[in-house]
Amino acid sequence: MKILVPVKRVVDYNVKVRVKADNTGVDIANVKMSMNPFCEIAVEEAVRLREKSVATEVIAVSAGVVQCQETLRNAMAIGADRGILIETDVELQPLAVAKLLKAIVDKEQPGLVILGKQAIDDDANQTGQMLAALLGWGQATFASKVEVAGDVATVTREIDGGAETVAIKLPAIITTDLRLNEPRYATLPNIMKAKKKQLDIFKPADLGVDVTPRLTTLRVDEPPKRQGGVKVADVAALIDKLKNEAKVI
Amino acid sequence: MANLVIAEHDHGSLRAATLNVISAATAIGGDVHVLVAGHNASAAAAAAAQVAGVSKVLLADSAAHANLLPESAAAQVVAAAAAYSHILAPATAYGKGVAPRVAALLDKAQISDIIKVVDADTFVRPIYAGNAYATVKSSDSVKVVTVRGTAFAAAATTGGSGTVETVTAVADSGLSSFVSAEITKSERPELTAAKIIVSGGRGLGSGDKYRELLTPLADKLNAAMGASRAAVDAGFVPNDYQVGQTGKIVAPDLYIAVGISGAIQHLAGMKDSKVIVAINKDPDAPIFGVADYGLVGDLFEVVPQLVAAL
Repeated sequence: MKILVPVKRVVDYNVKVRVKADNTGVDIANVKMSMNPFCEIAVEEAVRLREKSVATEVIAVSAGVVQCQETLRNAMAIGADRGILIETDVELQPLAVAKLLKAIVDKEQPGLVILGKQAIDDDANQTGQMLAALLGWGQATFASKVEVAGDVATVTREIDGGAETVAIKLPAIITTDLRLNEPRYATLPNIMKAKKKQLDIFKPADLGVDVTPRLTTLRVDEPPKRQGGVKVADVAALIDKLKNEAKVI
Repeated sequence: MANLVIAEHDHGSLRAATLNVISAATAIGGDVHVLVAGHNASAAAAAAAQVAGVSKVLLADSAAHANLLPESAAAQVVAAAAAYSHILAPATAYGKGVAPRVAALLDKAQISDIIKVVDADTFVRPIYAGNAYATVKSSDSVKVVTVRGTAFAAAATTGGSGTVETVTAVADSGLSSFVSAEITKSERPELTAAKIIVSGGRGLGSGDKYRELLTPLADKLNAAMGASRAAVDAGFVPNDYQVGQTGKIVAPDLYIAVGISGAIQHLAGMKDSKVIVAINKDPDAPIFGVADYGLVGDLFEVVPQLVAAL
């Protein structure tokens, strides 16, 4: 069974982004870019399934600008066998990405697609579910544990009230939550090896997909700033403030 | 123009988040209808019909919806979708599972996690862990939207006089099945609806210390209990305690952060709280940058003092 792992290049999670002065977006010029952390967990999970001989091949796929090749090389350094880039300068929204991924799924026929549950830039949390719908497949989102036996994946999911376990018929979509695994560090030999792995490049038009955005960002603003608070000396002062100033207890 | 709200419910009653979504639908304007896809869920449908602003409830009652699985739920929404300009769901684990499926099946974009309705096509939503607010306009004929509950007041549970109409339930998708659930049992208020939250971080050191120190405080204040990602990752508490960018978004009247340093991902989940108190031994911890009242000190001394003084 092949596993397809879509990965997204995003602003590194340690970077605090700034809104541009003209309110057209956030300033991402010269900031550090990395693989979306949830995608990294997805790559790790797929590689572990191959190491357990559940999967035979792990294919990383990314969509976006030419620099997404670096993200794919990272995925291959973790252990993905090869990479596919769908290269475009168009701003890709989740529905367009899901359609591009569907085209790749049609070509590659994987038994499982593992994605991050959300990207930490647009915080959309859509692509996996959309891909599942377009393919007519089942989905298990927010996975904290995955077991594959035959043509069924048993997945424990993190939900609002606790955890839930579902069984999904393969082929299927899984999206990863934080505690599914801890991705390994790519070693130098594996980083070198990744440079030689196969990386195919397509354009959206090669796949027959219209990626025109459906949503237009009219403006981007700074959120309202919280007023800087005060430090209180002790518990008595804190309780006094909460009772008499804030009146919340 | 008519809005369809996808209800989150437990068959017997509506989940609180549904009420916030109904408010968002009311803000868009036009009729507000609610879809209850459940099993033996007439009580939830009746409750939805009572909610202020709701004119009609669609009840799809079937064993296919017994476990609220997203594949069947999305198919049910799509079956009803033709009559609506807007389809709304809560930005909860349930809503996030269903709404994108609906959007893709309708070939529409989804607008996630809205915090404001500007007009029927235009919404404000947080991006980059809430460090920026994007105003986005949709060119689609149908808007599929998920709603951040803390940004919209809950609609009143009485005052409505909606009708309940039974609709034909879709067949079970057969794509997935429910195996089991481990739901955290608690007598406390629900985290996303609590007036006061006591939240603990890695500074507590262990799950035992988390419970030993914070439970009496939460008891005194009738508070819900939360945690930072670090505390959840370290196994102090279950995942459903997590407050943050990828956990729960909360906005209580009072949020007490104990031993939480305040990573931006955590702040994303609680910075809309009315009053924030931080207790931390590190005077430079970023949590103090958003706290109304900061107390620098050893939490193992301060928290018991606080409990004793309340």
